[in-house]
Amino acid sequence: MKGPAPGVEELRELLRQGRRTPSELVAEVLRRARAWEPHLGAFQELVTSPPEPQGASDGLLWGIPYALKANIAQRGHRLDCESRLLAGHVAPYDATVQSRLEGAGAVCVGRTRMDEFAMGSSGEWATSGSTANPWDPDRVPGGSSSGSAAAVGAGVLPFALGSDTGGSIRQPAAFCGCVGLKPTWGRVSRYGLVAFASSLDQIGPLTRTVRDAALVSSTLMGFDPRDATTLRDSPEKEGEDLDALLAGLERGLEGTTVGVPWDLLAGRLSEEVEIEFRRVLGEMEARGARLVELRLPLARHALAVYAVVANAEASSNLARFDGLRWGRTAAGADHRESIRRARAEGFGEEVKLRILLGTFVLSAGYHEAYYQRAQRIRRAMAREADEALGHCDVLAWPTTGETAFGRGERLDDPLHMYDSDFLTVQANLTGLPAIALPTGLSREGLPFSLQLTGRRWGEWELLRVARQVELFCDFERHRASLGPGGDAS
Amino acid sequence: MNGRVDDSFTAVIGLEVHVQLQTRSKIFCACELDPHAAPNTRVCPVCLGQPGTLPVLNRQAVRLALRLALACGCEIAPLSSFARKNYFYPDLPKGYQITQYAFPLARGGALEVDTPGGTRRFPLERMHLEEDAARLVHEGKGPVRIDFNRCGTPLVEVVGAPALHTPEEAAAYLRALRRLVRWLGVSDGNMEEGSLRCDANVSVAPTLADRPGRRVELKNLNSISGVRAALHHEIARQTEVLRRGGRVEFETRSFDAAAGVTRPMRSKEEASDYRYFPEPDLPVVELSPSELEDIGALLPELPLDLHRRLVRQWGISAEEAEVLVEERALAEYFQAVVAEGIDPPLAAHWVVGEVLHLRKERGGSMESFPVEPRRIAGLLRMLERREISTAAAKKVLVHMAATADEASSLVRRMGLQLLDDEGELEHLVDAVLLENEGLVEKYRKGKGGLAGYFVGQVMQASGGRADPQRVEAMVRRRLDEGGRQ
Repeated sequence: MKGPAPGVEELRELLRQGRRTPSELVAEVLRRARAWEPHLGAFQELVTSPPEPQGASDGLLWGIPYALKANIAQRGHRLDCESRLLAGHVAPYDATVQSRLEGAGAVCVGRTRMDEFAMGSSGEWATSGSTANPWDPDRVPGGSSSGSAAAVGAGVLPFALGSDTGGSIRQPAAFCGCVGLKPTWGRVSRYGLVAFASSLDQIGPLTRTVRDAALVSSTLMGFDPRDATTLRDSPEKEGEDLDALLAGLERGLEGTTVGVPWDLLAGRLSEEVEIEFRRVLGEMEARGARLVELRLPLARHALAVYAVVANAEASSNLARFDGLRWGRTAAGADHRESIRRARAEGFGEEVKLRILLGTFVLSAGYHEAYYQRAQRIRRAMAREADEALGHCDVLAWPTTGETAFGRGERLDDPLHMYDSDFLTVQANLTGLPAIALPTGLSREGLPFSLQLTGRRWGEWELLRVARQVELFCDFERHRASLGPGGDAS
Repeated sequence: MNGRVDDSFTAVIGLEVHVQLQTRSKIFCACELDPHAAPNTRVCPVCLGQPGTLPVLNRQAVRLALRLALACGCEIAPLSSFARKNYFYPDLPKGYQITQYAFPLARGGALEVDTPGGTRRFPLERMHLEEDAARLVHEGKGPVRIDFNRCGTPLVEVVGAPALHTPEEAAAYLRALRRLVRWLGVSDGNMEEGSLRCDANVSVAPTLADRPGRRVELKNLNSISGVRAALHHEIARQTEVLRRGGRVEFETRSFDAAAGVTRPMRSKEEASDYRYFPEPDLPVVELSPSELEDIGALLPELPLDLHRRLVRQWGISAEEAEVLVEERALAEYFQAVVAEGIDPPLAAHWVVGEVLHLRKERGGSMESFPVEPRRIAGLLRMLERREISTAAAKKVLVHMAATADEASSLVRRMGLQLLDDEGELEHLVDAVLLENEGLVEKYRKGKGGLAGYFVGQVMQASGGRADPQRVEAMVRRRLDEGGRQ
């Protein structure tokens, strides 16, 4: 067992041929995790005795190990969202995505670290400890799905789940060199995901390859009677089974229209990121894609709108953590004081900041000026993006304006920290599917990432374009040099 | 007595009534609704507000609320939506209540209320759906316990316009609403158990003032008499404040039923800012015209409409009609008896009298009343044909309740056929008059009222089988004959 773990597709093949058993795969994951964890710190919990896969061996993900982000419910396991306030809280039920993965035969081997309540872009707001970037231990892995991205990027695991409210799957995927998909809002059930901002949250996979992302997504996506916001009918055409959909990913870029909003990107990309982005665009064009420049004038307000909407919803979603029922409790003279103390002692600084901001923008007198205005811009932003996708197959820009930044660099500078979501929040506000995929390494050996945004419910077309980019980038060759305790250079 | 403690001041009252809907399960999860279940046995991760759970709307709650809204002639919104009302309280596990705010299910409409001055239509502002909170259980000085069984019970809030002026009008409004929700099968309407809960907004202003007074909200009104008492006290209090030249404060007051007074709970300054915003976890509630039509088509005739029909078309007294429309099962029972061909006034008289009396004695609901409409119709038909006396029919009815027998066979078996034989009747009359010679004397000296006594004695002697009218005629004839002798 040298080098990174094989991806989902390869493992399926090994299992099918009987060259590996599920328990051997779990044991390999645990061996890799033991080697990596002292440097990486991706997990808050790892199984000791590997569970047996459920169901028949022809399950789509039978025997494949994976990990869950610490905000996704798994019956009998801690669900603390890396918050002191939820310390010791154990979920009494499974999230729908967890049931679906288990039903497909996948084997959950652990829970990954994250920024507290998914609020953060660096993985540094976690109570069980921060996570390192597998490509450079002095860099952040991004966040908030930091542990999932770091573990998959390092090759410890073939896939992990994350959640994405403003880029929390895609930004860490970009920093850690993996593929991260945020599906259309409503495509994957949120039942069992501890809510941050419900109208923006979406669960998605972090994988090594685009085809793996497609395999895992096909298990996650679909109507859930427990989540009234999931899409009831499948948008895929009848008769399009998984094999046909997977085969469709191999169709080339000829005739694909790619929209690039250069006005949005002006001044927002580091020099090396812009060079890499132009290189990738050039390669796409060389393979038959048609590039069109378009303007998304509202998208530049995305971060401001996001700050209002996300924090408003968060202030309400986090109200249930009152210390009266689960997690940390604090004694007080009456319930008001108990609640005040539990929240004062239990929430981290970043979470408190966001609750305060969210409470403010919803309060009487400011509701219209902030919350309602932000909602109007948000609706217009969705129309703007849908219109752009009326004449483009996908929109393209880098996932982040720069490569992974240093650990500790932005902890005292929240606005600078939020800025790293500048290019990802648009997909959450519009509800559109977006994917981040690694395209190459910087001079410092840090991954570059391309972000593609697709049409509403158009995950398979989005995956197809991503797959075609992945083919010419061949990022996997870089991962072979990754090892615990060192970077790739 | 009216609410105008002093004619120079006028009160304006608006009621907000929360009605618990009789669905099988809760509004946002599949937990069974059972007010009598042991505490915290009808709960799940969703209604406990476990982190990560999501609400899913119970469509039956929408349908029940729509029944009420359609019955009140409200304008139904083809699209309505839920919002979050944010506040911290131990009975609210999510830290917010899911309720309809900017886009309620229904607006407008009116509640028809029977008042001593005739039928009045009190306008409504809106009706909206929301979830109930958990129940706080206070046991002496011990810790407060929370029972989450009630948490997530579907409620429809009926917001009346401030169009009531007296506590009596408010009480009549509540009685009408309670009857309507029961009639429609929307709620059991039990105020003591909290399935119907009322808050009252009341303001008092000089009668000639062009501006309304400051509104005070009254809470903790657990019965209709409580509402009336609280309003009486509050109107008197506000009038007194104004008469002394004082100012009524915006505030919420709680009614202390034992002391009969209202006391301050919280002032406007302390009022919460609920920070309402659209509930992102629930899609917009869409109602298709066909869905509305279906619900409308299933609406029964409403109590006041039926009342009018009973009085005008069927010649039933207003008082008996009032009793019949108090309860839908009773009204249906009555109509089934009429459908068997019984004269409506006779049927009404028997249902309101004997049937209700017998049900009260036996206990239980109208649905479980043992004498089916068809069987009682058989009895009443014999009465109509003068085959039995009223007194005999009453006896037979009691036996019908205990058996499955038809009236005719019971009458035969009990020997209660009307005593028809002229000679036999005369014999009974003679016997009674002979036994009461002294009283006969008194009658003849002018105590005419004694005739009824003699009739009663004859009826008793006949075992209730005689026709009292015929007996009375015979008694009078005999007494008057004797007088002339």
